[in-house]
Amino acid sequence: MSRLSIITPDYAQTVVENLYKDVERRITASPPGICPIDISNAFLKMCHAQTCGKCVPCRVGLTQLSSLIDDVLDGNATLEHISLIEKTARVIKNTADCAIGYEAANMVLRGVIGFRDDYTEHILNRRCRFNIYQPVPCVALCPAGVDIPGYIALVNDGRCADAVRLIRKDNPFPTACAFVCEHPCEARCRRNMIDDSINIRALKRYAVDHSGIVQAPENAPSTGKKIAIIGGGPSGLSAAYYLSLMGHHAEVFEKRDKLGGMLRYGIPSYRLPRERLQEDIDCILSTGITVHTGIEIGRDITIPQLKDDFDCIYIAIGAHNDKKIGIEGEDKRGVISAVEMLRSIGDNTLPDFTKKRVVVVGGGNVAMDCTRSAKRLGAESVTCVYRRRRVDMTALPEEVEGAESEGCDILCLQSPVKISGDEDGNVTSIWIQPQIAGEIDKSGRPRPVNAKAEPIRLACDIVIAAVGQGIEIQPFEEFGVKVKRGVIDTLASNEVTNIDGVFAGGDCVTGPATVIRAIAAGKVAAANIDEYLGFNHIISTDVDVPLPRLDVKPACGRMNTKERSAGERNTDFNLIETGLTEEEALVESGRCLRCDHYGYGIFKGGRVDKW
Amino acid sequence: MVNLTIDNIPVEVNENTTILEAARLAGINIPTLCFLKDINEIAACRVCIVEIDGMDRLISSCNNSVREGMVVYTNSPRVREARRINVELILSQHNTSCAYCPRSGNCTLQKIANDLGIYKIPYKNIIPKTLWSHRAILKRDASKCIKCMRCIQICDKVQTLHIWDIDGTGSRTTVDVSHNRMIMDSDCSLCGQCITHCPVGALSARDDIGKFYDALADSEKTVVVQVAPAVRAAWGEELGISREQATMGKITAALKRMGVDYVFDTDFSADLTIMEEGNELLKRLSEGEHKYPMFTSCCPGWVRFMKSQFPEMVGCLSTSKSPQQMFGAILKTYYAGLIGVPADRLYFVSIMPCVAKKKEASLSTMNSAGTGQDVDLVLTTREFVQIIRSEHISVDHLSEIPCDQPIVTSSGAGVIFGTTGGVMEAALRTAYAVAEGHNPEPDAFREIRGEGGIREAVFTIGGRDLHVAAASGLGNARKLVKAVKSGKAHYDFVEIMACPGGCSGGGGQPIKDGSELYGIRGSELYNLDKNSEIRYSHENPAIVSLYENYLEKPLSERSEQLLHTDHTAWEMPLAPDDI
Repeated sequence: MSRLSIITPDYAQTVVENLYKDVERRITASPPGICPIDISNAFLKMCHAQTCGKCVPCRVGLTQLSSLIDDVLDGNATLEHISLIEKTARVIKNTADCAIGYEAANMVLRGVIGFRDDYTEHILNRRCRFNIYQPVPCVALCPAGVDIPGYIALVNDGRCADAVRLIRKDNPFPTACAFVCEHPCEARCRRNMIDDSINIRALKRYAVDHSGIVQAPENAPSTGKKIAIIGGGPSGLSAAYYLSLMGHHAEVFEKRDKLGGMLRYGIPSYRLPRERLQEDIDCILSTGITVHTGIEIGRDITIPQLKDDFDCIYIAIGAHNDKKIGIEGEDKRGVISAVEMLRSIGDNTLPDFTKKRVVVVGGGNVAMDCTRSAKRLGAESVTCVYRRRRVDMTALPEEVEGAESEGCDILCLQSPVKISGDEDGNVTSIWIQPQIAGEIDKSGRPRPVNAKAEPIRLACDIVIAAVGQGIEIQPFEEFGVKVKRGVIDTLASNEVTNIDGVFAGGDCVTGPATVIRAIAAGKVAAANIDEYLGFNHIISTDVDVPLPRLDVKPACGRMNTKERSAGERNTDFNLIETGLTEEEALVESGRCLRCDHYGYGIFKGGRVDKW
Repeated sequence: MVNLTIDNIPVEVNENTTILEAARLAGINIPTLCFLKDINEIAACRVCIVEIDGMDRLISSCNNSVREGMVVYTNSPRVREARRINVELILSQHNTSCAYCPRSGNCTLQKIANDLGIYKIPYKNIIPKTLWSHRAILKRDASKCIKCMRCIQICDKVQTLHIWDIDGTGSRTTVDVSHNRMIMDSDCSLCGQCITHCPVGALSARDDIGKFYDALADSEKTVVVQVAPAVRAAWGEELGISREQATMGKITAALKRMGVDYVFDTDFSADLTIMEEGNELLKRLSEGEHKYPMFTSCCPGWVRFMKSQFPEMVGCLSTSKSPQQMFGAILKTYYAGLIGVPADRLYFVSIMPCVAKKKEASLSTMNSAGTGQDVDLVLTTREFVQIIRSEHISVDHLSEIPCDQPIVTSSGAGVIFGTTGGVMEAALRTAYAVAEGHNPEPDAFREIRGEGGIREAVFTIGGRDLHVAAASGLGNARKLVKAVKSGKAHYDFVEIMACPGGCSGGGGQPIKDGSELYGIRGSELYNLDKNSEIRYSHENPAIVSLYENYLEKPLSERSEQLLHTDHTAWEMPLAPDDI
């Protein structure tokens, strides 16, 4: 017997370690619509397998909880079960000796509160309130419901133009989204169960790069109806596009000189080249939309005028107002807002940051856009200051990594407290207060709290505030449009709650969100405006999707896109990302598991071919 | 063309042929369970799996297509093992009380299990519990359901009523009434197509055979039976006699053996329906232009559908009762007197190819004689066959017997009520005669016959063009009503039957899994019509004497009271908003 020995995992442990990774990936790919009681009961059983068995609440209590929940699921429970489950879970939570017990009980407790209606339905009617209505995970998670397995199959078949046609059925911005969509579709990709999600956005990029110019479909016969669309961003133009296809006449009123909204005035061209954005806009306008640029509502034309001249109004003004950081010295010369900076870049007026030390405040994608743009505008140094931890940033991780590799600094857990300037009012520095991560807040992230440390002075010439955007609501509010918590109040149909014939959608309703959500709002608005006007036009496509091939699909790597080298790209505004090669696109599209055909998809909801 | 081998047999088939289809063409019958051609090709049961050279996993043959050079094995060791285990798994959640199941002997699961020689299963038998209303006419036994999803598909795709849906998730996934409703609160038409397409005994119609025996045993009751046209085209299927042998005369003989006092043919009251409905149509046409057509009302599944899906259109339904209910009303008034039995002692039983007729007979409005329901009991064709079997009646040895006096005669027009387009054709024969003063050629309106789900035609009657249409299947009905409502279609008269193919394909007819028999049953009815002595409803002597002696004329006050009904006088649950 040796006094000490090196511990090496045996074979069984290694297998279990791998199983944990499989389970993690499996949870990632969990399909929508699962009964929350059933799945949390399954988790509870896993938790119980983890118990060491020492203490009563965890060893016995979790078994009893699981058995009670089984009764509920099997239709053997009464309403008293709920209070017994609640009571038992509360006692386990309060008395278990370690987190294995009390966190498991807490999970059950949250469930009893969170989906109590489902508990009741199971007990009283022996039915479940949950159902798989959209079984294809990527389609379910795409706000616009784009037929993703369909276009991936078309790419695999080499039919890129058809892929673009199919995407346009639900999203008239295939090119813009190919470059900048946040791809929520990839999150629960079933391929995660095998290896990794499909690189869906890259395949869309491949489609739009190889499709050539694809004409818009023909409009339905004219209905003689006129719709005013306020705002020429992704939401307004999407609505205009579908309304045109339905045979209505759409007129877009845009405040700026050019169309595109945040796609032009928010997203730098190194992520979305202007000429590529123009491809989408050209196709949308080819359906016969009238455009008025440089028109501001309230100044050049009023809403009552529009209400008189048009059958319907769609408000899609986005969220273009700056938000202030709210600290001393924000009025100094050299403090600019993210919106202001990105807007002037959008209008091709590039600010000169040569030899300037720039500090960007914020942790979202807009902050990253400012950080990386500042570098390209010649800044001597760029530092992004964020008050939470790096993992808490809302910016996509690849944006943060991109900024860093281009030579920008990311300073986390630092909260700006004051901006100082010289006697002429020019910015000279920003003071930042170190933070520590505190308790979890409503967003599920630790709240930053002041650390027991002195503020630090960061010398700089420019401060860019990228702390969120608001909505220029005034002329609409004056007209009587209902505003709730700073955004326009609408129903799920996008109808403004209190005025007949007025719809609103996109960022001005949701607050700053993603381009695909804005597009989805435009699509929803078009359908409901059509209905409001007394029609039922159907948007569909004649593109037929190839049947899946019987292929062997072993685990393999995901094809990630490549970028130009950091040292080369950080001096220009040219596109960073290079698209997939044909070879890569074929492999990647062949990885798709075709959930539209296999599993539930062939039974129900695999393909929504019209709306 | 694609070349492949299946079990080493070279096969050449068209592109996009499924492996299952290709195998069948090569004489290899791969067993299937959930598969229902064009309706349910979801590969859920995994019984039809095959092995393909070079593929790691086994492949469902029902919904995967052949490829050039494919090498398929339908009975490899891996396939044998997998097919058997999958069937054993299905059986482990199936209530295998086969001896007392309504589908015993006609169950696809039972057949597959027997064919595979499965005499015990290695798994624990875990049977889901059933919760179902005892009053419901449509019965679902969860313990028998194998979740093949056919009921959902047939109701979604063919009938477009979406009554069934998946219920629950995970291992507890099952089928139940959509939107967490109870069947009685749903807008189910009671067409019974889910029953006739269920491969096992999970779905059935209420068993009313006991009440029939009770009536026979009751010496106070005179049992009278009417037999619907479509029954004669199908009842022999399960008894092993040919369609030519399975005559109405033999049905009458079998019923007499059971102890039934009077047997009548619903063809007679079909003729009566034509008299009323045909004249109702002519009256309506004489009133001038109507925005919407007059719709037939003899199919109770269709009436329920119209009431639940298009309540605003109920006024367009003919007010004429169905032949079943006309017979009930007239039997318990006029004929009660003729045969000298008080109406309250008459026990009137219908044998129908239909499930919805059970509901129709129980409506509060179907009590014209004032002695309770005009029709006391409705048995389906399947129940009738069941009784023949339990009464050990050997149908081969039955001699044909005519129907009882005083209603011995019926017309070919009445017979074709049992198939789609038949009501229309019969009505036009009579309407033409009334309008023109002479009979048309009996087959003058045959253009409305045919296989299509919706058929339309224009006939000139009484100097005007009559635009007519006939549809069967509620999906087609929905399409047609929508076209009418939107102004895209304009008709004067429309016949609709809830079941595809009309009553021949009715939800109460014998079940043969995988086969749609309404076509062949329908042609049998057209044969009977062709060979009938009387081809026009208005020439049926029993009809002539009924009007002469009792009703006076079509649409008379007495006719209105006994033979017409108010479709709005009873409640039907409306379709949920989101459909």
